[in-house]
Amino acid sequence: MTSAPAPDTLRAPLVVEFPFTRSLGPVQSAFLTGLRERTVLGVRTEGGRVLVPPVEYDPETAAELRELVEIGATGTVTTWAWNPEPRPGQPLSTPFAWVLVRLDGADTALLHALDAPGPDAVRTGMRVRIRWAAERAGAITDIACFEPSESGEAVTDVREHDGAFDDPVTGIVAAARLDYTYSPGRAQTRYLRALADNRTVGERCPSCTKVYVPPRGACPTCGVATTEQVEVGPRGTVTTYCIVNIKARGLDIEVPYVYAHIALDGAGLALHGRIGGIPYDQVRMGLRVEPVWSEDGRYPDHYRPCGEPDADYDTYKELL
Amino acid sequence: MTPDREVAIVAFAQTDHLRTTDEFSEVEMVMPVLHEVLRQTGLKTSDIGFTCSGSSDYLAGRAFSFTMALDGVGAWPPISESHVEMDGAWALYEAWVKLLTGEADTALVYAYGKSSPGSVRDVLTRQLDPYYLAPLWPDSVALAALQAQALIDAGHTDEPALATIATRSREDASANPHAQLPGARPQGEYIVGPLRTGDCPPVGDGAAAVILAVGDKARELCDRPAWIRGMDHRIEPHALGVRDLTDSPSTRLAAERAGAFERPVDTAELHAPFSSQEVVLRRALDLDDRVRVNPSGGALAANPMMAAGLVRLGEAAARIHRGASDRALAHATSGPCLQQNLVAVLEGENRA
Repeated sequence: MTSAPAPDTLRAPLVVEFPFTRSLGPVQSAFLTGLRERTVLGVRTEGGRVLVPPVEYDPETAAELRELVEIGATGTVTTWAWNPEPRPGQPLSTPFAWVLVRLDGADTALLHALDAPGPDAVRTGMRVRIRWAAERAGAITDIACFEPSESGEAVTDVREHDGAFDDPVTGIVAAARLDYTYSPGRAQTRYLRALADNRTVGERCPSCTKVYVPPRGACPTCGVATTEQVEVGPRGTVTTYCIVNIKARGLDIEVPYVYAHIALDGAGLALHGRIGGIPYDQVRMGLRVEPVWSEDGRYPDHYRPCGEPDADYDTYKELL
Repeated sequence: MTPDREVAIVAFAQTDHLRTTDEFSEVEMVMPVLHEVLRQTGLKTSDIGFTCSGSSDYLAGRAFSFTMALDGVGAWPPISESHVEMDGAWALYEAWVKLLTGEADTALVYAYGKSSPGSVRDVLTRQLDPYYLAPLWPDSVALAALQAQALIDAGHTDEPALATIATRSREDASANPHAQLPGARPQGEYIVGPLRTGDCPPVGDGAAAVILAVGDKARELCDRPAWIRGMDHRIEPHALGVRDLTDSPSTRLAAERAGAFERPVDTAELHAPFSSQEVVLRRALDLDDRVRVNPSGGALAANPMMAAGLVRLGEAAARIHRGASDRALAHATSGPCLQQNLVAVLEGENRA
């Protein structure tokens, strides 16, 4: 037992990527399909306002909205913000202005980017027009950006539109990627460092004296910090198990195999691990096992029988 | 509304808010503030009737991340517990309702956020409309800057006035030992014009906790409880282009329903992460120079995501606890350009 000083905290890149597939519904489907066809649609409220981009329900009355109208591709900047350093995923990679644009015929504004040489070339009230993306797929990014359009009067001609297009877009994939630097904190850093040394350490709660493996820095029963490190194992007892019959994608372990709860000697609760070195149908509660370390020695790859007689049920029944 | 039961904030604690806290997991960061509010009241975990927390998986980059931090509460035997994927101010609202129903007499509310592992400007784009906004990745500073320009165009403020708000906030934070940016500092370069570094909140990690109690229980636990006289929260229309960004009708309505306009307040803790947002909130809440705004320094001095709103409620309550305020307004916001707004009115009982 030691009360070791906190080691240097571990850090590792953590990438979260998710391609959410979203269905659009009648109004958003018509709007985004329209963009693909270089047609801008809005939706008319009961009060006669035209909302662009359109929504299915009136933001004031919550009435269902379905009356589509076609409006122009030119408009007026209602507010703007100069973005000197574009970030990944934004519409332009050179400095640009974020703008809210009220398109001609619309009563509300659309957010997008304005391609302009500098902040001096942008002002509220300036006239702009849509620059269409060369490749369009039925997404807000079919508008590449806006560009200045000082010539030409506002065309406020609003035409009825049935919203019908050939091959309508009914869904989008909202792809996202976020980059993090993960730090597991002090308790888990100590655990991972010990594993790299082929040791398993838990931490004891000063209040209830239970030893948590892996430790997360707090006793979930008492709500106090666990700071006293306790080396547990290496041997342990299978408290319960299941037989996995379906192979997970990318897994190079032959099925069936056994996944078990293993109470390492000295631990106050069981952890998970695969059982190897024994036919799957001979694994049993009470089986005594020991870790087999991964090739790079950083974690137990699996546990195998260590040859000791089975543990008596009473010795592990509290750890099931 | 006049609730049948009186509910008060009786204890408040917050971490030092720091740019990075690599050495702590979320639970390691939260535990000290939980212990501190329990110590202040003498309560044990098992004495707490209801526990509610606020945090966000997108900051942690992990699903159900709040379950890890829950270990810091001591959740066995089973406790009555809830979580909001929002600022802890909304967790406090849920706890307040729970106490008003009579289901519990005490509540522990906590909130935390570690922004340091990710890029919070990008992370916050994921809370936007996924059809029309999120694919463009408009970051939180960009959206606030659109609002700031609208305010300037409308003649409600200008860049020197914004700089004054930033300077005043950080000078006030000099007296706040938990602040991340105490002391005035240069306005710096444009991040997204017209907002400069000084107009934007620091990115950082932190946590906060409060304890709520009802009636005589509150008087027992605290010398001068901060009674919640009213609390309400409202939301603006979803689409930014539908709104008048220079105004905040949702804040005004929430304040009205919370009773903020019945009598003047002496203190207002406003959750305005950007200097320009204080301009909007002051107008919506009719605050004049007689009201002490953000004596703590506000979110411009420390803005731990998901906790900064709860910190406003806690700071306002702590001012009442120590007799520096008799009637305080606390405000919390969530979402782009003050999309959602919560207002609470706190009062101390008359002193003999």
